[in-house]
Amino acid sequence: MDLTWSAEEEAFRQEARAWLGAHVPASPLPSGDTSTGFAAHLAWERALFEARWSVVSWPKRFGGRDASLWEWLIFEEEYYRAGAPQRVTQNGIFLLAPTIFEFGSAEQQERILPRMAAAQDLWAQGWSEPGAGSDLAAISSRAVRDEDAGGWRLSGQKTWTTRGAFCTHLFGLFRTDQAAERHRGLTYFLVDLRAPGVEVRGFERLDGDEGFAEVFFDGAFVPDRDVLGEVGRGWSVAMATTGSERGLTLRSPGRFVTAADRLVQLARQRGAPGGLAERVVQSWIEARAYQLFTLEQVTDVVAGHKPGARSSLNKLYWSELDVRLHETAMELLGADSEVDGPWSRGYQFSLAGPIYAGTNEIQRNIIAERVLGLPRA
Amino acid sequence: MRFAVTDEAAALRDAADALLTARATTALVRSAWERGQHSDVREVWRGLADAGLTGALVPEAAGGLGLDENALAPALQRVGYSALPAPAVETIAVAAPLLAAAGHPALSDVLRGSALITAHLGVAAGRRQPVPYLEIADYVLLRDDDDLLRLHARGEVDAEPVRAVDGARQLARLRAEPAGGTVLATGVGAAWQRGVLGTSAMLVGLAERMLSMTVEYVASRRQFGVPVGSFQAIKHRLADAYVAIEFARPAVLAAGWAQAAAADAGEQTSVAKVLASDAATAVAAAALQCHGAIGYTTEYDLHLFAKRAWALAASWGSSSWHRRRLAAVLGLTREEGEPHG
Repeated sequence: MDLTWSAEEEAFRQEARAWLGAHVPASPLPSGDTSTGFAAHLAWERALFEARWSVVSWPKRFGGRDASLWEWLIFEEEYYRAGAPQRVTQNGIFLLAPTIFEFGSAEQQERILPRMAAAQDLWAQGWSEPGAGSDLAAISSRAVRDEDAGGWRLSGQKTWTTRGAFCTHLFGLFRTDQAAERHRGLTYFLVDLRAPGVEVRGFERLDGDEGFAEVFFDGAFVPDRDVLGEVGRGWSVAMATTGSERGLTLRSPGRFVTAADRLVQLARQRGAPGGLAERVVQSWIEARAYQLFTLEQVTDVVAGHKPGARSSLNKLYWSELDVRLHETAMELLGADSEVDGPWSRGYQFSLAGPIYAGTNEIQRNIIAERVLGLPRA
Repeated sequence: MRFAVTDEAAALRDAADALLTARATTALVRSAWERGQHSDVREVWRGLADAGLTGALVPEAAGGLGLDENALAPALQRVGYSALPAPAVETIAVAAPLLAAAGHPALSDVLRGSALITAHLGVAAGRRQPVPYLEIADYVLLRDDDDLLRLHARGEVDAEPVRAVDGARQLARLRAEPAGGTVLATGVGAAWQRGVLGTSAMLVGLAERMLSMTVEYVASRRQFGVPVGSFQAIKHRLADAYVAIEFARPAVLAAGWAQAAAADAGEQTSVAKVLASDAATAVAAAALQCHGAIGYTTEYDLHLFAKRAWALAASWGSSSWHRRRLAAVLGLTREEGEPHG
């Protein structure tokens, strides 16, 4: 056990802290889930990229710093501590990129990753469909072979696509073999949302921001070079991404440690009568529990183990601690909680956590069946 | 940064594991519910002492292993898993290093496994709670009104047995404050923190045991023609139990590290006890529910672990007590009263 940082890691932290301190906008940007806010966030992403902070853990040749997973954790801690803007690029850099590193050809990596790092291409995730949510393998959007054109023609619909109305590209699963068993016959495509035959319609989330979109495909063409992994192997390629999504890379502990510290500040300012002080402390404890769990997990990952189904533990814990934390904040605010502001926004967004990235009901099934070994229904 | 059990701690845990798996059976735990039936437990205890457990925190020069608090949680988690009815936390985590520091002659018996020491550090004279294992211990460590930790031979102490929910705890209440005793330390400080840490580790082990019994049971118990463990209602309950354990366990290891490194140890130790106590009581409730009526009997073994978990969750500061302590540390409330344990 050694829970201290090395001198190099501390130096990395100081460098990140100094840069963020000098560059984080003094007043919060408008929500990145609106068209004006998204533009402001893009400018921020490009500033991050120029200073090589947009994708610290990536190789230098793709715009990163070759930072270790430990340094990535440190950067995240500093990022949230500094109150820096939400990452509107997160679905590309945290969800798609790990899959491209694992399954992408050298040509795909060279072509896609630097533009993603620079926020030139903005990626949305295309998993869910009107008829396929938790039951992801039920997707019916199709890709039909166009041999003459050297690619595929997409048809069907994706939905709940986060920031789809503002993104330029989408990664998603489409059925390429109607006859195959449902988990087979799927292929992972990288799609240009500006191509003919693609139509995107944004719509409001619970909080009133236009953060959702539905995406309609009507013969949109995708060239062969934009198939990620093998044709027909899309399910296993996608599962690599869902591991990242549920686990560490989507929600690092820094986010919750900072949120818990702010909750403590709020309680100090407003008072925490009755049992509220204990609830505040409980959230503070849970944020630390997630941090310590993560340190153990990263030690394992660095030693060469894959989190696998255990990434569902991360998803369950961070999403539910976030709900409890914000519920406590609402209690502290009392009648002020109905005013539209950072805490009431945070509360509404926390309620999405147990739904996105695989509902918590699905995560519990995964823990029970794949970790505890309980019999399948 | 490396968050992993040290090699020495793993070796000690594995040695304890081999012995406890072979000999700390539930029959042994049951036997300890009878007064005066403690010789089999003592035999297992001597085996643990031979493996070095009682001297884990005793310097090598004094005949111990010379390890630090990093070694406590992995080994005591394993003791908790077995529900071995002995004052393991009190002897190994609390008393042994004090005996070594004071050069007390009882240390050699502790290292040999022939002396069991219990402890009651939380509240001073006048507000005593029943003391666990006082009926079977050879010594008891008490905090007096001047905040001195005094070691008394059991024969110096007048106490009456108290019927406990967990009969293996062999509770007794002091009839009077004992005279004499040997002062081993001033102030509860680090010794108390080690007691909280060790108890947290035992709670994690107990929770692991109850979950493992329940997973096995729901995979074999059939209703409506299928194993009940195939129902989502059961799966989700047990997934939550596992989450509670898996987020308490690293916090307990981190508290051990913090104590060894003298880094925010008070905060980390309270964090560990909150998570471990709440995990163990939640897992006990889930285990009882998922077993159905069979779990609600004394013929089935589950109660041996659930009752120990309830006792330890309430000892050395309940989760609520430690949350209030942290609330004061975080500036949300005024300072709490004296420590429990």
